[in-house]
Amino acid sequence: MATVDKSKVPWWVSNLIVPLINLILALFVSGLFIFIAGENPFEAVRLIIYGSFGYIEGFAYTLYYTTNFIFTGLAFAVAFHCRLFNIGGEGQAYIGGLGVFLVAINFSFLPVPIVWLLAVMGAVVFGAAWAFIPAYLQATRGSHVVITTIMFNFIAASLMVFLLVDIIRDTTQMGPHTIALPEEQWFPSFEDFAALFGIKIRYSPLNISFLLAIAASVFVWFLVWKTRWGYEMRAVGHNTQAAIYAGISPYKNIIIAMCISGGLAGLLGVNEILGVHHKIVAGFPAGYGFTGIAVALMGRNHPIGIFPAAFLFGILYQGGSEVTFDMPNITRYMFVAVQGVIILFSGALENLFRPQIENFFVNRLNFKAKA
Amino acid sequence: MVSPILELTNINKSFGHVHANKNINLKINKGTIHGIIGENGAGKSTLMSIVFGLYQANSGTIKVNGKEINLRSPKDSIINGIGMVHQHFMLVENFTVLENIILGFEGELVFGKNLEKAKKDLKNLCDTYKLNIDLNSTISDLSVGFRQRVEILKSLYRGAEILILDEPTGVLTPQEVDELFKILRSLNEEGKTIVLITHKLIEIMDLTSEVSVMRQGEMVGHTKTKDTNKEQLAEMMVGRSVLLRLEKSQVKTGDVVFKVEDLTVKDDLDVIRVKNVNLNIRAGEILGLAGVTGNGQTELLEALSGIRKVESGEIYLDGKKVSDSQNFLDPRELKEKGLAHVPEDRQRMGLVTDFKAYENLIFGYHDQKPFSKSSILNHRDIIAHSKKIMEEYDVRPQSPNLITSNFSGGNQQKIILSRELNENPKVLLVGQPTRGVDIGAIEFIHQRLIDMRDRGAAILLVSVELDEVLSLSDRIVVMFDGKIVGEKENNNVTDRELGLLMAGVV
Repeated sequence: MATVDKSKVPWWVSNLIVPLINLILALFVSGLFIFIAGENPFEAVRLIIYGSFGYIEGFAYTLYYTTNFIFTGLAFAVAFHCRLFNIGGEGQAYIGGLGVFLVAINFSFLPVPIVWLLAVMGAVVFGAAWAFIPAYLQATRGSHVVITTIMFNFIAASLMVFLLVDIIRDTTQMGPHTIALPEEQWFPSFEDFAALFGIKIRYSPLNISFLLAIAASVFVWFLVWKTRWGYEMRAVGHNTQAAIYAGISPYKNIIIAMCISGGLAGLLGVNEILGVHHKIVAGFPAGYGFTGIAVALMGRNHPIGIFPAAFLFGILYQGGSEVTFDMPNITRYMFVAVQGVIILFSGALENLFRPQIENFFVNRLNFKAKA
Repeated sequence: MVSPILELTNINKSFGHVHANKNINLKINKGTIHGIIGENGAGKSTLMSIVFGLYQANSGTIKVNGKEINLRSPKDSIINGIGMVHQHFMLVENFTVLENIILGFEGELVFGKNLEKAKKDLKNLCDTYKLNIDLNSTISDLSVGFRQRVEILKSLYRGAEILILDEPTGVLTPQEVDELFKILRSLNEEGKTIVLITHKLIEIMDLTSEVSVMRQGEMVGHTKTKDTNKEQLAEMMVGRSVLLRLEKSQVKTGDVVFKVEDLTVKDDLDVIRVKNVNLNIRAGEILGLAGVTGNGQTELLEALSGIRKVESGEIYLDGKKVSDSQNFLDPRELKEKGLAHVPEDRQRMGLVTDFKAYENLIFGYHDQKPFSKSSILNHRDIIAHSKKIMEEYDVRPQSPNLITSNFSGGNQQKIILSRELNENPKVLLVGQPTRGVDIGAIEFIHQRLIDMRDRGAAILLVSVELDEVLSLSDRIVVMFDGKIVGEKENNNVTDRELGLLMAGVV
């Protein structure tokens, strides 16, 4: 068996070609699903592209989904650099949303920009706090974060249902949600911006949280690669023994990495509460936390990779709903399956074809070098 | 005239731009012990991996018993009677010896008479070659030396006539090395051909009858072992003459800067590994700590450098107490006080191999100015610093952006050494500074340690290489079973005396 010398593989092969081939394979398998369901796969692709790019509101929806995936993808990536599998993005986002709401409603007497700033901080603090408990247990007792964060997703969901039903429910309504925040606190939406330029468009959930997501990406890049904390987190992640030798505390870094991760997941609450619902709605994280894991894996845990990966999932979410509208045989669950296939190929089976592809290119390049 | 059992002609192999083997010709005669020696990265392991079918050569022919063969996988090699014992063993830890050996053949063997026959054959092999292995013991219960024997037995059982051993002594204690050599000699007497890959001259002189020398991917010489000597081989390996004995100036020692009193340390399993150890090291002095691996040296070093908790006793640096069972400074605080530590196991502890070289060159000092200012890493200064010390310590290739695992072992060691020595520490703890390092780099590393000493550092050198301890140290202490069992001035001690102390005989 031939082995690939990793150092000889050009960066664009491992970071562009391999994910691209995995994606194409996933789309091919998804196409088979659609074909078996009795619809034309090419028509489905056309609908996805039309749905996510074809008209301005559709594109806005795509970017709205992208925003959420960036937050949860970054959250997973930060913890992963410390070799922690934070599966708890879902719960941390939920609790983060609680933080946003409580801050916004209790500080509504302050000027709006300050409320926004405090609400963002509230999201980070609440999300981080929810991640802190599993982190503490991992650091001191060795309880594996994969297990504890999954359990904390359930605890968060139950806690929020309890709060939404018994404590902070809007008593004038029947549904499990809170009262709405004052309208002046709502984040400016894409519609509002378009109106400034005299363009009238219909509703879309896209709002300035998108810019926050880009800022968060820059922050993560800077944190992980340019600061001492990121350096220490990566050292602990790659080689805990060596970190201890260098006087870097694994205990401290596990907690820091998880809290930053939780805080980033919490930011999803900003998009959903300040930007879209303007109140807490039961179950608003809607699986973004889990999809974020796939986004991070596909984006190789780097903000520059996470952005296109998040965008791709945005296209699938938005384009997928377009397909389910127009194709009677394709249900919403069909698209959950398609997402599953993509996650499977780009996450779990990521290394399935990697050696062959890398080998192919390495040999090709050697051949060229000799010729 | 003996006929060659294995003949390689014009073998070429490259990995990308690296030409690992250039036009290699090699004849290995039947019934010999043939040594292949060369520095790390000279291409020895690549060549043998080609013979074992792990890699395919770009060009060239391989003949076994005069017949040209095509080796596409290890299976082909096994059929042709070639067996290999790798540096890292290929054994299933929770299987028994027997299960490991029949692994891959179990379809025919697991049931009935065949298994009984296999057992009998294996017992016979064990007896013939004095391997002394219990077939029913589980691999994880066996020492490294025994695991290696299991690998040898596995190859023999599969009908190996040529046995290739890749750096077999790297993981063994001196006693285990002796045992291994006995086994290899008895294999040889029974007519097996043995190929020994090593970079240790002493093993070549001890064991082999013929030797081939490789340098930078080329075969630079073949000779009968009895017609050559260590100095000549060393010169062939590095392409110039090397000093095997270091020139050292007279010691000008100062005050005691590092003092250990009555130190006791436990390991992770709560077993006491260091027992009431006392040490004094003066400025300008190298104290050598000799001992067979596993007698508490690792735990001692870890305790002294702040990684492991002290059970009882005290450690003083510059006259001030830095650690006892209640209060202790962590590795970072000790670094600030002028204590540097080159750990025994560079890959496990000294480096983050996935980091870029520049990240490892500031490892442990990354929070100090100018590398980081208010917690933000100062990339430009770090790179400039890295380039400077990589040049000073001759780290090759001189590219700070290269991932550390792509450097050879010797260069990885230089990265650690340059990082730790660059701070001009008052006290330097060094564990196995030249383990798995080639001879050119050994000389360089030794010279640097002597320079540090001459500049007034107090150095504790822990090494299992007796030669190293003898040639560097001013004073030598021997550790056995967690205790210091002897202390000698270096000018009046012999290998024999130390060896007896290390074995716990005296």
